[in-house]
Amino acid sequence: MNLYWDSWSEFLAMGGYGLYVWGSFGVTFLVLAGEVLTLRARQRALARDNEEANGDDL
Amino acid sequence: MGAQRINWFHFAAPQRFHSLAGRAVPWFAALAGVLCAVGLFMGLAVAPTDYKQGEAYRIIFVHVPTAWMSMLLYLAMAFWAAIGLIFNARLASMLAIAIAPSGALMTFLALWTGALWGKPTWGTWWVWDARLTSELILLFLYVGVLSLHAAIEDPRRADRAAALLAIVGVVNVPIIYFSVRWWNTLHQGASISISKGSTIDPVMLNSMLVMTLAFWMYAFAVVFARVRSIILERERGSAWTRPHLRALEPA
Repeated sequence: MNLYWDSWSEFLAMGGYGLYVWGSFGVTFLVLAGEVLTLRARQRALARDNEEANGDDL
Repeated sequence: MGAQRINWFHFAAPQRFHSLAGRAVPWFAALAGVLCAVGLFMGLAVAPTDYKQGEAYRIIFVHVPTAWMSMLLYLAMAFWAAIGLIFNARLASMLAIAIAPSGALMTFLALWTGALWGKPTWGTWWVWDARLTSELILLFLYVGVLSLHAAIEDPRRADRAAALLAIVGVVNVPIIYFSVRWWNTLHQGASISISKGSTIDPVMLNSMLVMTLAFWMYAFAVVFARVRSIILERERGSAWTRPHLRALEPA
């Protein structure tokens, strides 16, 4: 298995298409990370509501 | 043969599915991470260039998986919505509505990466052709299902209304899939076909398949995590949810 690129700068430039390639991969992983964070926040909100609802028996 | 019969209805109870999904999430997440690392390395660092499109072609390693998942998740959502509607099964309806946000995000990403691929390759971000337009309609269907569900207060009535919309919208999925064959469009035809095999380089093909599997595992992980929250939100009144809700609280 050989690497296709000779240097990091070549890799980042993507043959002049860097903006398009990294714009695609970057936004994709930002969106997925955002989804995971939203799910975490939803769980936390659930816990908070529960704490408030059961405040007196704690 | 002492094969034990698995009673699938056992897991139709939200309580049991909540714990089953809870055990499954870390495995799916780990698989997604490993496959994604392998797929990205193969696709971005090892795969050769495309002699016609140059390096911009590498966008397909996120474009194709997100586009496939956008359709697959729609079918899954409509399937569980239909099961929920026909059998009045709560868990199935919850699964359907847990799939919708992930499907919408995959559709958005398919459109976004498609636009970034289209600009250098076709010379335009967007064109109103059959493939692109039907994929945009898919995004509207996901958003429609989610907003309709959110607009109705009673969860079971919301489930039924959203299910109807989801089921009617299924007609759009074969339109997306076959659009490149039925109409003359700017979008290229499929490079992989079950009858004719693949017409692309094996490293490219494998990278694409590994990335698709990664996105699939990711989708399982987030949908299961989301359905667990939905189950707890809806079953909050039941005694079984209490220890689970307490476990969510920061110590």
